[in-house]
Amino acid sequence: MIETLAAILVTVVTAATPLVFAATGELVTEKAGVLNLGVEGMMLVGAVSGFAAAIATGNPAIAILVAMIAGAVMAFLFGVLTLSLMANQVATGLALTMFGVGLSALIGQDYVGTPIKALAKLDIPVLSDLPLIGPVVFGQDFLVYLSLVMVAGVAWFLKSTRAGLILRATGESHDAAHALGYSVIGIRYLAVMFGGAMSGLAGAYLSLAYTPMWAENMSAGRGWIALALVVFATWKPGRVLVGAYLFGGVTILQLHAQGAGFAVPSQALSMLPYLATIVVLVVISRDSTRIRLNAPACIGKVFHPET
Amino acid sequence: MIQGVFKTLGAAALGMAVTLGAASAEPTKVGFVYVGPIGDHGWTYRHDKGRLAIEEAFGDKVETSYVESVPEGADAERVIRQLASTGHDLIFTTSFGYMNPTVKVAKQFPNVKFEHATGYKRSDNVSTYAARFYEGRVIAGILAGRMTKSNVIGYIGSFPIPEVVRGINAFTLSMRKINPDAEVKVVWVNSWYDPGKEGDAAKALIDQGADIIVQHTDSPAPMQVAQERGVFAVGQASDMTQFGPKAHLTSIIDDWNGYYVERTKAVMDGTWSSGDTWGGLNTGMLRMATYNEAIPAEVVEEAEAARKAIEAGSLHPFAGPVLDQDGKEMVAAGAVAEDGMLLSMDWYVQGVQGKLPK
Repeated sequence: MIETLAAILVTVVTAATPLVFAATGELVTEKAGVLNLGVEGMMLVGAVSGFAAAIATGNPAIAILVAMIAGAVMAFLFGVLTLSLMANQVATGLALTMFGVGLSALIGQDYVGTPIKALAKLDIPVLSDLPLIGPVVFGQDFLVYLSLVMVAGVAWFLKSTRAGLILRATGESHDAAHALGYSVIGIRYLAVMFGGAMSGLAGAYLSLAYTPMWAENMSAGRGWIALALVVFATWKPGRVLVGAYLFGGVTILQLHAQGAGFAVPSQALSMLPYLATIVVLVVISRDSTRIRLNAPACIGKVFHPET
Repeated sequence: MIQGVFKTLGAAALGMAVTLGAASAEPTKVGFVYVGPIGDHGWTYRHDKGRLAIEEAFGDKVETSYVESVPEGADAERVIRQLASTGHDLIFTTSFGYMNPTVKVAKQFPNVKFEHATGYKRSDNVSTYAARFYEGRVIAGILAGRMTKSNVIGYIGSFPIPEVVRGINAFTLSMRKINPDAEVKVVWVNSWYDPGKEGDAAKALIDQGADIIVQHTDSPAPMQVAQERGVFAVGQASDMTQFGPKAHLTSIIDDWNGYYVERTKAVMDGTWSSGDTWGGLNTGMLRMATYNEAIPAEVVEEAEAARKAIEAGSLHPFAGPVLDQDGKEMVAAGAVAEDGMLLSMDWYVQGVQGKLPK
C-alpha cells in the first residue's frame, strides 16, 4: 500500500515539475506587464536544444544551460517584436508558439528515434531508502529540487526585494515606473527572458528527465496549461506550485483509477484535471477584489515611452 | 451552368493535353497528407518511409511531396485540394479523419487518383487501404502469455474505437488461449500522441502489478518506462528496440512501402483502379520486429508458428467460440468473425478488466 502510494506520489511530482518551471517563468513575465503566449514554443525549442546538447556533450549541466539559453533567445525575439517594435503581444506570442513548433522540428530532425539516459536520480544512503518519503522526498532528479528552489526564490524576489518591487511596479503602471526614472523596456526585457529561460528549463525537463527522448511536439500542450496555471494561481508563486501539483496529481490519479477498474468513462476521467482547474478558478474568482489586487494592471499593454 | 461545364471540359482537356504532351519527360507526382509530424517515430513516420520507398524505387520518374501535421477537418480539404490542383497524379491521405474531405475533393478532380488510409468510403478514383494490425497482436499475446509472471498485462489505449478495441481483444484471446489466468488492464489516454501521458500511464499500470506493457499509442515513452522499471513491453508502429533494449519483446511494425510502390507503379502504367485493401501479415503491410533475446527459443518458435499459420490462413485471430465479457457468444464455435464485425467491434472479450467506455 505504502509502496503504491509512494509510486503515485513520485509520478505526480515528475508530471508537475515541467508545469512548475514554465508557469513560474511566465508569472514573472506577466508581473512585469507582458503577456507571452509563446510558452509552448519556447518549451519545445528548449527541449530540443537541451537534448541536442546532451547528445553532443554528454553533460547534463551543459544541456540544461543550453536549453535555458535557447528559451531565453526565443523570448528575446518576442521582446524585440513586442517591446522595441511594439507589436501586439497576443498575436506575437501565438506566432512564437508556431515558430517554436516548426523550429524545434527542424533542429530535431536527426534526433528522432535516438534514446538517451535519463537524468540521474538523487540517491542518499539510508534517506533514499526510507519508506514513502525516501523515494518521494529524497529520490528525485535534481531538476525537481531546482524547481522548488526557483518557486521559493521568485516568491522571495517579488515580495521582499527592491528589484522585485520595481518589477511589479512596471507591471502595475508602466507610466509611473517610467516617470520615476526606471527603464520599463529594459526591465521587461529581463523579465521576458527570464520567462523564456524557465520555459527552456521546462522543455529540458521533458526531453532529459520526464521522457528522455526527442519527438516533435512532445510538450503536447503543457505550455498552454502553464499559462492557465498563472491565472489559476492569481499571480502568486506558491499557488503556482499548488496548482501544478494538483493538476499533475489529478492527471496521474485518473490513470490509476482506470487501471484499478473504476466504472467511470475514461473520457470523463481525462477531463478531471481540467475540471479541477476550472472549479478552483471559480472558487477563487468569487473574491474578485483579491484577483484585481494581484493581477498586473498593465498586462498586455504596449508601452510608448514618448507619451 | 453550361458555361461551367465548358470550363470544366476545357480544363480537363487542357490537363489531358499537358499530361499527354509531357508523358515522356514529366515525372509522376505523388502527394501525401500526414496527420502528425514525420518525426513522431510512429504512424506518420512509417508513412513517410513509404514515400521515401517510392522515391527510391522510381528515382527521377517520380516526384513526391507531403504536407505534415494537417488537422482532421476543414484544413484537410484545403490541403488535399491544393495537392490535387498542383498536378499530383496520386494522393495518399493517411488518416481516418480525412475520409470526407478526400471523397469531396476526388469528385472535383476525376483524373487524380486518391488513396485513403483506414476509411470505408470509395469511388471511381478513391481507393481505401488499411492493415490488419490485430494479426500482430496475436503474436504479442503469445509472447505476453508466456513471459508474464504477475499475470497482469497493462494495455495503453488511445481512443476506444473499433480499431483499438479489436487489437485489445485479439491480444487477450491469443494470450488466454495459452495462459487462462492472465488478465488485461486497459488505461485510455485519449490521445494518439502525448509522450508524457503515455509514460505516466505505463508507470501507473506497472505500479498496479503489470509486468508487460502493450501500447496502442504512437510514442516510444511507454517502452522507455518499461526499460527503466525492468518489465517487458510491446512496441507500436516502428521498431522501438533502441528505446528499451531489455524491455522490447517485439514491435508491430507498419510497413506501407510495398503497397505505396505498387500503387504508384499502377498509376504510371495506367492500370490503377479503385479498390479496398485490408492487408495482413501475409501482405507485408505489417510485420514483427526482432524478438527479444530473453524470450526462450520454444516461445519464439510458438510465436513464429502462429505467424505462419495466420499468413497461411489456417489461424484466424477471432475464431469461435468468442465470448464477450458477459459471456454472450459473439462468434459461434467453428465460425470466424466477419470483417464487418471486426470493423465495428465495440465490446471486450473475457479477460479484459473494466468496462469499455462508450
